[in-house]
Amino acid sequence: MSQVIHHDEHYDPEGSKIGMWLFIFTELLLFGGLFIVYSVYRYLNADAFHLAAEELNTTVGALNTVILLVSSMTIAMSTTALQKKQKATTIVLLEITFMLALIFLINKYFEWGVKFDHGIFPGSEFMKAEMSQGEVLFFGLYFVMTGLHALHIVAGLVIMGFALARIQKGTVHADRPSLLENAGLYWHLVDLIWIFLFPLFYLIT
Amino acid sequence: MENEKHHIVPYRLYAIILLILLSLTFLSIEITRINLGAFTVAGALLLASIKSSLVLVYFMHLKFDKAYIQIMVGMVILLFIAVVLVTFFDYYFR
Amino acid sequence: MQASSKIPTDVSYLEYEGKHKGLLSWIFSTDHKRIGLLYLYSMMTLFLVGVILGLAMKFELIAPGKTIMEAKDYNAVFTVHGVIMIFMIVIPGLPAVFGNFMLPIMIGAKDVAFPKLNLLSWWIYITGAFLVIISVLFGDGSPDTGWTFYAPYSFKTGANMLPAIFGAFVLGFSSILTGLNFIVTIHRLRAPGMTWTKMPLFPWSLYGTAWIQLLATPIVGITLVLVALERIFGIGVFDPTLGGDPILYQHLFWIYSHPAVYVMILPAMGAISEIIPTFSQKHIFGYKVLVVSTLAIAFVGYFVWGHHMFTSGMSGTAQYTFSILTFLVAIPSAIKVFNWISTMYKGSINVQTPFYWAASFIFVFLIGGLSGLVVGALATNVYLHDTAFVVGHFHFIVFGGVGFSFFGAIHYWFPKMFGRMYDTTWANVGWLIFTIGFLALYSPMFYLGMQGMPRRYYDYLEEFHAANILSTLGSWVMTLGLIIVIINLFRSAKSGPLAGANPWNGKTLEWTVPSPPPVENFDEIPEYKEHDGPYEYQ
Repeated sequence: MSQVIHHDEHYDPEGSKIGMWLFIFTELLLFGGLFIVYSVYRYLNADAFHLAAEELNTTVGALNTVILLVSSMTIAMSTTALQKKQKATTIVLLEITFMLALIFLINKYFEWGVKFDHGIFPGSEFMKAEMSQGEVLFFGLYFVMTGLHALHIVAGLVIMGFALARIQKGTVHADRPSLLENAGLYWHLVDLIWIFLFPLFYLIT
Repeated sequence: MENEKHHIVPYRLYAIILLILLSLTFLSIEITRINLGAFTVAGALLLASIKSSLVLVYFMHLKFDKAYIQIMVGMVILLFIAVVLVTFFDYYFR
Repeated sequence: MQASSKIPTDVSYLEYEGKHKGLLSWIFSTDHKRIGLLYLYSMMTLFLVGVILGLAMKFELIAPGKTIMEAKDYNAVFTVHGVIMIFMIVIPGLPAVFGNFMLPIMIGAKDVAFPKLNLLSWWIYITGAFLVIISVLFGDGSPDTGWTFYAPYSFKTGANMLPAIFGAFVLGFSSILTGLNFIVTIHRLRAPGMTWTKMPLFPWSLYGTAWIQLLATPIVGITLVLVALERIFGIGVFDPTLGGDPILYQHLFWIYSHPAVYVMILPAMGAISEIIPTFSQKHIFGYKVLVVSTLAIAFVGYFVWGHHMFTSGMSGTAQYTFSILTFLVAIPSAIKVFNWISTMYKGSINVQTPFYWAASFIFVFLIGGLSGLVVGALATNVYLHDTAFVVGHFHFIVFGGVGFSFFGAIHYWFPKMFGRMYDTTWANVGWLIFTIGFLALYSPMFYLGMQGMPRRYYDYLEEFHAANILSTLGSWVMTLGLIIVIINLFRSAKSGPLAGANPWNGKTLEWTVPSPPPVENFDEIPEYKEHDGPYEYQ
């Protein structure tokens, strides 16, 4: 087992990578708890979940899925660019990722807006009056899970902002890439969560 | 001081992975149009798992990381699955 | 960031002042030793609040019927007592105080992996505690759901739940970040030559604990968020009138809260594994077995949560599966007890205060553990669930386990932390009175539970009166012991006789640095050679 003495005590990229992975584990378990709730209620209300899912727009969902997948690629590419010391390319790729994330949020905003207009929102009396219990649960879970996911996208935007600033300034570079690489790890987590949210909410019709 | 990240992942690899991911996404949409009963969920989850594995292994660099990180990721995923299964010992047998 | 070359190596961490002076040099300090003391002082303060609430409950129970409070006040008192004791005392527990203080030194490091994150963890802890206090003092009444926040009452009660729920959520973050910090510290900052199999047992216990903190806490976090959303929006997830299942709440809650008890006990056991070899002047018996047991407890502990829910309405399959798994997880704990006793056998016992605490730890932990088997067995649990028996069980194993270990650890590491020795006579007197009071307070609960007295009731049948009187008297004796112990520690920290680097002839790295240690612990990072290791006596 390797014993590492750190020559530069204050910069340990492997340590900071482990730290980021550990944080990712907590996020997996956080969303995991919601997936447990989803799977239990899906099991108990299979037909109602099918019915409710038909209210969701598969095209928008698929579009958002594509957006996130592409954004994962662009941020991954940005880490390659950084290591190749291609600063301009790094920045462009990171900015594209940022834009894609914004577009995702805008789509979500409109998606939710449509739902609200139809009287579908957490605690809506219309839902409780007109829909079966399983459908109400489906939408409760839909808003909580996509909402929490959206919050994480916002956090991702902030992190990317920091990375962009530091790369511009030159404090993040090929020999000190941790901030960008860890930002990338975080962003892939956001993508991973959506990879499961999409089929479980949009594709179970 | 070992640093496995001397290995730079080429752009091309990322692009190829994206294409695979997009294909799998398209596939999962098509498959779920067909009603396979209980297998619809299983199929969707299976495809999602494959996509996730690609993201974990390539985009998140697990393939190029040291073994102990790979083991940690694997164990956390297994732990979560086990907890879900044990929870269903209640619901499935009620 | 070149501060390390400028910090003098002959100034103790207690005296050193960097950028800030006075109080600010403490609350903005990223020195793991100061952060450990920050936790110690804040936890002791909150502990005393929790003790007062406990004394209030015992006073209420000194006689049947109302003594000093109404039923709904009693509900609030046991709720806040539980929230404080669980989330603010025993879960942060030994890791927050002794983990922070000792872990880096014991593995030969200058600090933890992320010192600023460490300070943030403490700040988050204070914020969470503050939120809970707000929920008690303001709004429509203190939370009254029990620390377990069971649905549907937790989203229906008119009490001031949201700040308390949010406070618990915030406290969870503190726990997660500490766990994250410790895992990276242990992976990355062990001294050269200190392989995993040469790391002392207290750090090993912190490692196992840290994984539980990391992986289990988020689940209770999201569960609390769901309760809050249920309260605010009525999404239906735990509301049976909307199709939700309250038992699902219990599953989610206990999926965290059972592993949480291993967060409580593993570091406590780790400290015992340090104290016993030192006061037996002998190598720990079965080092590798103890490591494996620690990891086994951490792992199996994830799968037994349903033993809190045997009477909830779960399926029969779930009931007996959880019961069997519960018996399995008891095995590694029992193995540890054998190993500790075997360490003492043919050792050269140095009968000092830490050893008294460690020996009595084994005694109370055994009682707590055996009573755990009684409630872990499905058949007996059905009879004993929600009775005083359960209260006796968990106080023996949690307060007995974590408490006795904590007091043992504070006396063990006291000379190192403060550079002074405590007064041994007062320490031992305090221990004796505390232990007698503890046994008198909690033992009657086993009897009362078997006779049918329910828990969380402010009233009881007349036939339970005598045993309750004994229990309440026990609480007073125990508190007297506690006061003696704490005052002795305070006075000794200020004016006790100066202590040397290694008063106990310990063999782990903390005893090689001055008492108290300098800011960065070591002049030079130590190196373990081939035959070096912890517990190498003779």
